Amino acid sequence: MNGDEACCEGALAAGCRFFAAYPITPATEVAERMSDRLPEVGGVFIQMEDELASMAAILGASWGGMKAMTSTSGPGFSLMMENIGLGLCTETPCVVCNVQRAGPSTGLPTLVAQADMMQARWGSHGHSEIIAISPSSPQEMFDFTVWAFNLSEQYRLPVIILADEVVGHMTERVVIPRPDEIQVIDRKRPAGPKEKYLPYRPDPDGVAPMACAGEGYRVHISGLTHDQRGYPVMDEIAQAEMMDRIVQKVRKNVDRIVRYDSFLMDDADVAVVAYGISVRSAKRAVAEARERGIKAGLVKLNTIWPFPEEMIRDLAGRVQAMIMPEINYGQMVLELERCAGGRCAVQLVPHAGGAVIRPERILAAIDEAARGAATGRSGARETA
Amino acid sequence: MTAERRKAPGKAAGKGSARKVSVPHPHDALLRTDRIPHIWCAGCGIGTVFGCVLSAISKSGLPLDDIAMVSGIGCTGRMAGYLNLDSFHTTHGRAIPFATGLKLARPQTSVIVASGDGDLFAIGGNHFIHAARRNMDLTVLCVNNFNYGMTGGQVAPSTPFGAKTTTTSIGNYEDPFNFCSLAADCGAVYVARWTSLHVRWITESLNEAMQKKGFSFIEILAPCVTNFGKRNRIGDAVDLAKFFHQRSVIRNNIDPKEAVLDFNQQLVVGKFVDIERPTFLDNYELIHRRELEAWPGLETKEPSPQRQAQG
Repeated sequence: MNGDEACCEGALAAGCRFFAAYPITPATEVAERMSDRLPEVGGVFIQMEDELASMAAILGASWGGMKAMTSTSGPGFSLMMENIGLGLCTETPCVVCNVQRAGPSTGLPTLVAQADMMQARWGSHGHSEIIAISPSSPQEMFDFTVWAFNLSEQYRLPVIILADEVVGHMTERVVIPRPDEIQVIDRKRPAGPKEKYLPYRPDPDGVAPMACAGEGYRVHISGLTHDQRGYPVMDEIAQAEMMDRIVQKVRKNVDRIVRYDSFLMDDADVAVVAYGISVRSAKRAVAEARERGIKAGLVKLNTIWPFPEEMIRDLAGRVQAMIMPEINYGQMVLELERCAGGRCAVQLVPHAGGAVIRPERILAAIDEAARGAATGRSGARETA
Repeated sequence: MTAERRKAPGKAAGKGSARKVSVPHPHDALLRTDRIPHIWCAGCGIGTVFGCVLSAISKSGLPLDDIAMVSGIGCTGRMAGYLNLDSFHTTHGRAIPFATGLKLARPQTSVIVASGDGDLFAIGGNHFIHAARRNMDLTVLCVNNFNYGMTGGQVAPSTPFGAKTTTTSIGNYEDPFNFCSLAADCGAVYVARWTSLHVRWITESLNEAMQKKGFSFIEILAPCVTNFGKRNRIGDAVDLAKFFHQRSVIRNNIDPKEAVLDFNQQLVVGKFVDIERPTFLDNYELIHRRELEAWPGLETKEPSPQRQAQG
């Protein structure tokens, strides 16, 4: 099956029973399959009038007690920013799958990009922490969608799947494990007397148990700055308390959230750090570099946000150079540079979008880095 | 009336006057009394409408855990925050789609959307028309105060032609919507309009709407003393109330297109629409049972022999 379809199956396996979306290339196949599959499992599919409504509807459904998801691409992702913010502020578990295409604006609807990476992090106004993960194959579209739901339920926030057009449309073999082999995490429910329940009083792990509508807890949920009761409080103390909660629940659990894979990194001098579809090109480039006798390795970022700062800092002290291929003109490489802190060379292999990065370009960058020619990112700003 | 007021009898008591006796409000159980006093201005109609909501909820006989309120942003949007039920104060214009998700995830919940004219019909207009078209089972209560009150009185899709607001200081050069007509045209199964003085009618309409399966819409014309009233020299709270009282005319069952709001002549109120139509979920289930022939025939299929054998 293709990646979009695998995403749908992953959501169902994770327990998703509500899906609201607006058609958009290249994410439409997620919605199409959901529209067939959800009624079969007693769920609800609704095609909303736009992405503003889709995002609002999944928040409502989540408070109605269902696991909920939407899928979209760039233009729709922009519209969703408003209610992603509401989801962050009200600590509402849900999943947003952004199958990225090239922009800005309508851009290249049918062709790949990885250019919404920073938008996922900073696109909604105000400061928050976000969790975003990036699959590289249809199999990972399945696995990571399950993971996204688990993260969202565990940490009570919208989790973003930063897929891309090629991963979404690529057809590969996808193994769907038996239900008892899939780890599914559900949101923490409140315990203790109902009248003492506070919807935003966190447990020691930083996350508050969640009571949904109809359970007798009489919750009040607001996008205004609120106290532990959920009541709006318009002052800096309440703002600080709320901000600390929504930021720290992610920051304090970074080690539990962050995942990455390493290939041939044990003795590597040059590390390609890649994510999403660019991992596939990078793997080929690293293999060919090894054939040429260059000690190249690959770090595959599964978690994009929170950025794996500690791992990259450590890596920067062990390699001569880090190379990041990404289908944009330099987004995650800024994080890479920040964490490298000048301790190794950092080189971007950029691409404007519309096609995947050819392995030869990454190989050339590895080659150059291995010859010690890499002097920093400034020299690597040439376009595709 | 409220916990906060009971706790803080205030300076009046300190001046040696007789201690104020707190009398519980009949709807205290439905109020988040620890959030009172509310934010609404003296003379505002929203508080009266909110009182009607509380009465309607009490009278509905529904289990209180099966009632939820969703609000958008604005003065009316603050209603959800004072209601001691599951209540959701969402983003500007998005109360209806949020409520749509809530309703579909938990169909046994009676969902009331309470918001203002700007929230529901300007920034949220697209959601309104589609929810009505789908016949989403929601009770949508719109308090129409003819301007954006929360932000200080700007022109709204309800502002009468020629009326003054802070963004139309000479006079409004746009025509307003007729919300009831729009709701009916989009497919609402219940449409009514009252002024905030029609307390019993509002309560009754709310009860009918909550019982009604499908998209119900109730518009309440309400005075905004602080902004609209003052800026258009209608007078103070009492003058505005008198104005609404004198101009409103009840004309039940008329075509809402004819239910005009003419501030020189009359403000037509009444119950305009009360029809039956399958809801979104009714039709969702109907179609997925696969009992209908393909479009455009849509005849009910003959039961298959296999089913008959089972049946």
